[in-house]
Amino acid sequence: MTLIFDPWPWYVSGPLIALVLFLLLMVGKNFGMSSNLRTLCTICGAGNSSDFFKFDWKSQRWNLVVVLGAIIGGFIGSQFLSNDLAVALHPNTIENLDTLGFKSAGESYLPTELFDSSVFTDIKGLLILAIGGLFVGFGTRYAGGCTSGHAISGLSNLQWSSLIAVIGFFAGGLTMVHFIFPLIF
Amino acid sequence: MRTLIYLLIGILFGITMLKSEAASWYRIYEMFRFESFHMYGIIGSTVVLGVLIIQTIKRFNIPSFYGEPIVFTPKAKSVSRYLFGGFIFGLGWALAGACPGPMFTLVGAGFTPILVVIVSAVFGTFLYGLVKNKLPH
Repeated sequence: MTLIFDPWPWYVSGPLIALVLFLLLMVGKNFGMSSNLRTLCTICGAGNSSDFFKFDWKSQRWNLVVVLGAIIGGFIGSQFLSNDLAVALHPNTIENLDTLGFKSAGESYLPTELFDSSVFTDIKGLLILAIGGLFVGFGTRYAGGCTSGHAISGLSNLQWSSLIAVIGFFAGGLTMVHFIFPLIF
Repeated sequence: MRTLIYLLIGILFGITMLKSEAASWYRIYEMFRFESFHMYGIIGSTVVLGVLIIQTIKRFNIPSFYGEPIVFTPKAKSVSRYLFGGFIFGLGWALAGACPGPMFTLVGAGFTPILVVIVSAVFGTFLYGLVKNKLPH
């Protein structure tokens, strides 16, 4: 049982994500989470501002149900399938994060500096979350997919476009971590 | 019935995102510093199995559980949109430490500040819709 309550290693997690991809294909759907952001825009009435959001969102209802499942899964995973959510990071990562001011690295699931509810009164923390989210939402639609749509579905289908997108993901992530983090933290 | 199946697949996905720590900001940071194999192992093993699954489905024309053909729609050919869009996505992925699947998982795990990320991501998608025609694709 301890195997379930401990964090799952990559060789368990990877095949389970592949199983999700397989199950979705077998019910006739393509694995891609970021389209839900567009669907949410449409539900909020964005079709009045841009034709990009004029589509029958009910055709995407299934994907919103998957999202609802992902939320429930997060609840089950954290409440019933975990003893301790601390992430066992590499010691060098912990040391590096400590110098950047992240004191809970190695002891928590997410940095308390950004994801504790005290962030709601911290302008800098809020800005980091908001700008991060903004880039994710803008970039993923511009690129036509995210980690699930490109890195998993697209690469699995041997699509060149997805390989280019994944190279872009990494170029952006490396730039942020190595060049921009030292400026903001 | 189908709705229940989608819900169960989503639950499996959410639990896996949480338990694999792919939903952890820290793991994304560690990945971009190349200090752990963990995230590469997850993505790599998923893709290797994914290639096998999709190639098998294509080669043997395996129908869906409902007997319908499984269709793969290739993405439009382009370099700029994938590279520029991907780059912007990557900046946000590293900063917020979450991509569009795990950010919902974190809501369920009770990290309320992730709602700021989600609302901003919806807004970012909206902004893209507004300026879409002015961008190189």
